[in-house]
Amino acid sequence: MTSAGHNFERGRSLLEMMERIRAFEEQACLAAERDQLVLGAIHPSIGQEAVAAGIMHNLKKEDILLSTHRGHGHTLAKGASSLAMMRELLGREGGCCGGKGGSMHIADFDVGMLGANGVVGANITIAAGAAHAIKLLGDNRIVVDIFGDGAINRGPFLEGMNWAVVFKLPILFVCEDNQYSATTRTASMTAGDGAATRAVSLGMRSTTVDGNDVEAIADTAADIAARLRAGGPPEFLHAKTYRRTGHTSFDPATYRPANEATEEEKRSDPIKRQRAILQTAGMSEADTQSLHQSAQKEMIDILKEAANTPFPADATAFNDVQDIGSPAVEAY
Amino acid sequence: MPTLSYRDASLAAIQHSMREDSTVWCVGEDLGRGGVFGQYKGLREEFGEARISDAPISEAAIMGAAFGAAMIGTRPIVEMRFSDFALCATDELVNQIAKARFMFGGQSRAPMVIRKPMGLWRSSAAQHSQSLESWYAHIPGLVVVCPGTPQDNYSMLMAAIACDDPVVYLEHKGIWDLEGDVDFSKKYEFGKAEIRREGSDVTIVSWSNTANLAMEAAEALSNQGVSAEIIDLRSLWPWDKEAVLKSVAKTGHLVVAHESVAVGGFGAEIVATVAEKAGHTLKGPVRRLGAPRSLVSYAPNLEDMLRVTSEMMVTAAQETLKKAS
Repeated sequence: MTSAGHNFERGRSLLEMMERIRAFEEQACLAAERDQLVLGAIHPSIGQEAVAAGIMHNLKKEDILLSTHRGHGHTLAKGASSLAMMRELLGREGGCCGGKGGSMHIADFDVGMLGANGVVGANITIAAGAAHAIKLLGDNRIVVDIFGDGAINRGPFLEGMNWAVVFKLPILFVCEDNQYSATTRTASMTAGDGAATRAVSLGMRSTTVDGNDVEAIADTAADIAARLRAGGPPEFLHAKTYRRTGHTSFDPATYRPANEATEEEKRSDPIKRQRAILQTAGMSEADTQSLHQSAQKEMIDILKEAANTPFPADATAFNDVQDIGSPAVEAY
Repeated sequence: MPTLSYRDASLAAIQHSMREDSTVWCVGEDLGRGGVFGQYKGLREEFGEARISDAPISEAAIMGAAFGAAMIGTRPIVEMRFSDFALCATDELVNQIAKARFMFGGQSRAPMVIRKPMGLWRSSAAQHSQSLESWYAHIPGLVVVCPGTPQDNYSMLMAAIACDDPVVYLEHKGIWDLEGDVDFSKKYEFGKAEIRREGSDVTIVSWSNTANLAMEAAEALSNQGVSAEIIDLRSLWPWDKEAVLKSVAKTGHLVVAHESVAVGGFGAEIVATVAEKAGHTLKGPVRRLGAPRSLVSYAPNLEDMLRVTSEMMVTAAQETLKKAS
């Protein structure tokens, strides 16, 4: 573990982002369960915030990110507006995607976030293609593609990573391993030694990091990003963390031992760990609390504002499908 | 005006587009050596490895990567080798490419051409012979075209490459060597059918190579004193309802013919539309020709059992005319 004392400001900023992600998702869960304002499924990443915060800290706005159905944290950390995201979760006008995508399809192209994806593993080949175009166009951007441990058992994992190695593309593949494939333990469904070993078998440099240690993730991602920006080959990062909620916010997760999530929280909650590190490095209790409170306030406020935003105009159901043969002109 | 094969017309379209627009590139298996049907021959020499890119046998990655590349400023031409193999990339096409622009609220575009050579081709059996154009016509977000002549394979490919929507481009692999005059200045407008032959007694609607067979049928019908109007639809989405309705209003008799399976085929869509919008103008029963709902065989006689022929179109036209009188 790197001492936060070496870079207190970075450590504080990482904590702040994790607090914001946590607060956003807590409010999103309340909006779903308490308020019944989120009508579709949401997949919280509570307990996994360190991956989003640690990696995105090292990306520039113009760098590209592709994410998963469990992607609120990644998107927020890449710089998307929390209000536009919450509006999207509520299916409202002014949502990142105009209320057409919802939680599973959040995207914000202005900050290089090319989409969460409702199909596990599907983002891997798309991300490789984004990196391919960057190389073709001669840009110096890099791509980060995040997927879960369930995705390593899908075909695009092999096809997309092989592609990236063959074409020497500027991309970091991140397996954010929360140990569950929907409602089944991934280990029970995975042959061999899993994600990192598979990446290594393709000739990719692979790093394994404690997925709940935001400082370690940020350090590792900084090194990898520097290598990619210098023209290095694609790399793989395996970050093991833990999904504290069920698969969706409504899933009580009765398929796992009753105390598993609370034990994990005690042992490895990334926010508590980072607070402890920063306090050792001199952060005051008041400052710690103020980060927490301002994140809470931001997300409470944006939920209120989102809830007061109207639904999109009916006619937009036919917009942005296609120019040629648009259903806005003729749908039958 | 040069005389070109259907294959070389497509080559010229790619060459002309790539010279004009440096963001156009091609990706697929074996493209460097000219593609499996020679439809990329010589392009590697002119445009280099990066823009005429070989790919691993990874259809999902070819389609997915091209999509990722399309979203950030390039115009990929995706080669699927055989339309049958494109089924390995169905998620990428149907769930990702077709939906991204809409799902992301208009933030993205996927300007790409997905070339899928389809159709019957000399004993290629069940996994190399399919025509699945009606599947794609069913998917919102996709433009679906089926060129049947060298001229169209030039003009339509030029238009597809310039199009900001994803275009499923279904060439018929049985006619790579078909020759015809190609006017490079001729522009294709999506959704416009071509009246390949004007007639007054019966309308035959078709596309792809079946439209060529319909032209033979028209000749045979003409010898019997029947004047057939041949509409080559060319594009299935959008499709030229106006041209079909106008022709049916004139002839009162309709035959729809396609190589793909009749059940659930696009012919059914055309017939249903005519029934809804112009049923009262029909003077005889419509005839719909498509493959029986069986599988394509290897043995030539069995393969032929699935074929829609010009003779069948002649008979169908005669039937619709006979029953009217």
